[in-house]
Amino acid sequence: MSLEQVEILKLVEKMPAFPQAVTRVLELTAKAECSPKELVQVIEHDPIMTVKILKLVNSAFYGLPRPINSINHGVVYIGINTIKNLALSIAAIGMLPKKTSIDFDMDEFLLHSLGVGAVAKKLAGRLGFNDKDAADFFIAGLLHDFGKVVLAQFKGEEFQQALQLAGSGNISLAAAEQSIFATDHAQIGGLLAETWKLPPNLIDSIRFHHEPEANSHDNALIDCIYAANAIVNSIPVGFSGNHHVDEFPERIEQLFRADLTTLKEQLGDLSTEIQQARAFISQ
Amino acid sequence: MHFKFWGVRGSIASPGPATVRYGGNTTCIEVRGDNNELIILDGGTGIFQLAQTLFAEFPIDINVFITHTHWDHIQGLPMFVPIFVPGNSITIHGAADIVNQRSIKDVLTLQMDYSYFPVRESQLNARMNYVDLTPPSQSLEVGSCKVSCLLMNHPVLNFAYRIDCNGKSMVFTGDHEWDFNIYDADDDEYDEYQGFIEEKRRGIIEFFKGADALIIDTAYAEEEYPQRKGWGHGTFDTSIKAAREAGVKKAYLTHHEPTRSDDELERIFNEALLRNQIGDGDPEFYLAREGLKVDL
Repeated sequence: MSLEQVEILKLVEKMPAFPQAVTRVLELTAKAECSPKELVQVIEHDPIMTVKILKLVNSAFYGLPRPINSINHGVVYIGINTIKNLALSIAAIGMLPKKTSIDFDMDEFLLHSLGVGAVAKKLAGRLGFNDKDAADFFIAGLLHDFGKVVLAQFKGEEFQQALQLAGSGNISLAAAEQSIFATDHAQIGGLLAETWKLPPNLIDSIRFHHEPEANSHDNALIDCIYAANAIVNSIPVGFSGNHHVDEFPERIEQLFRADLTTLKEQLGDLSTEIQQARAFISQ
Repeated sequence: MHFKFWGVRGSIASPGPATVRYGGNTTCIEVRGDNNELIILDGGTGIFQLAQTLFAEFPIDINVFITHTHWDHIQGLPMFVPIFVPGNSITIHGAADIVNQRSIKDVLTLQMDYSYFPVRESQLNARMNYVDLTPPSQSLEVGSCKVSCLLMNHPVLNFAYRIDCNGKSMVFTGDHEWDFNIYDADDDEYDEYQGFIEEKRRGIIEFFKGADALIIDTAYAEEEYPQRKGWGHGTFDTSIKAAREAGVKKAYLTHHEPTRSDDELERIFNEALLRNQIGDGDPEFYLAREGLKVDL
């Protein structure tokens, strides 16, 4: 790991979660009767809270036989009160600013992430995954771009340049980041996820969500996140810095037996999911 | 191998005429291996009286296993006399606190902080050792005994301990509430959560399996439980069910409510045995009682 990567790891420890989640966690935990279900739902709508809690539960301290990638599993494993206190300690760090010093709207980013999560979950259902496994796809969607939040928070100026380069729509944000950082948000997210010992499939789905051809183990997560990301960007739902949408590569078209436009139509009405995401964000 | 109860009360010590038969001290269990190894499970107020019986054995090697750091399981530790005597070696094992990033050593150090106690941890004369146990499970040797731990379900991380010694075994749950589903039956997530609960229960029953003695958190009567759901404790019915499922030989129901009188405790216990139709082939059920010694 390079010196800068070590530095980023340390900075991310101190990174706050999104304002909506922080506010809701503080509200819910202020009452003696805190609904466990509601608390889990709040955590699951925030990529930073989700990733930090998964990181803690998967840490060497817990010596798990296999990694945990679900907040519900974390709750059964270490108890709702411990999860509640972990969420509180994350909330105590503060809140991510709604708008960073650069032109990166956090509400729009969160909406994009929730959108990809919801669409990925639907695509998983279409591929035959049951509800329980489809939940893994939601988390992967929620977390796929969290590397961008890290860049926006800690490398704001350079990230702004990348956003401007990608603003024309001629190149993707990832390509713009590569030209400036010699890495991109997918690699950064993947590296962090790996350091935090998240499940391997989840790590890969973050790392390769722009490179479906790198999917050597037929990891359905990678394929679904790629497709969901393209669908959400093309509608669009929210905004995550990327105006550029490619057509599906052959691998993805074959898997879903449809191109991007057709698949979008076949998925049908996403308005319920989008409304739910908007409702969470506008709290 | 044998063990003795020095404290069976939950939450807070409750001395007085109404609790004099079963005792008012909070949790402490003395366990002796076949070579007289001393293992102490939890340092509630009962550990103070246990200490008074140990002087003749000094210098002594003691292993204390803390199930969890709620006050009623640790409040006797600062007054545990052997820690003040040079030549003794005391090892305290327990779960670290991942929320506040504290080790088990930090817990005792804080208890003996200026505000709370006149002597600081750094002034203790015994050789003090601390072992942070790693969830979900771990095993270590104490003389001829093997001590294993398993993460249970309580508002703070709580370990059950199993002690195996030359073919005999005992388990103490610490404080534990059997998991319930946080979702409603018609929620999407219900089935997933149920799967996790069942997996955890299987692991716990496996941990208890075939033990000669199971000491189990049985704080609540059934009618009390709905208002105390999520507080982290078992009931008479859930304890009886688990003991049967695990096929243990004897089950000792402990963590008696501080407001519960001896008479009331016996009444609820007997009703539970009747209601659950305890009979042949079932474990023998007992109420844990301060002073009760059990040979295995």
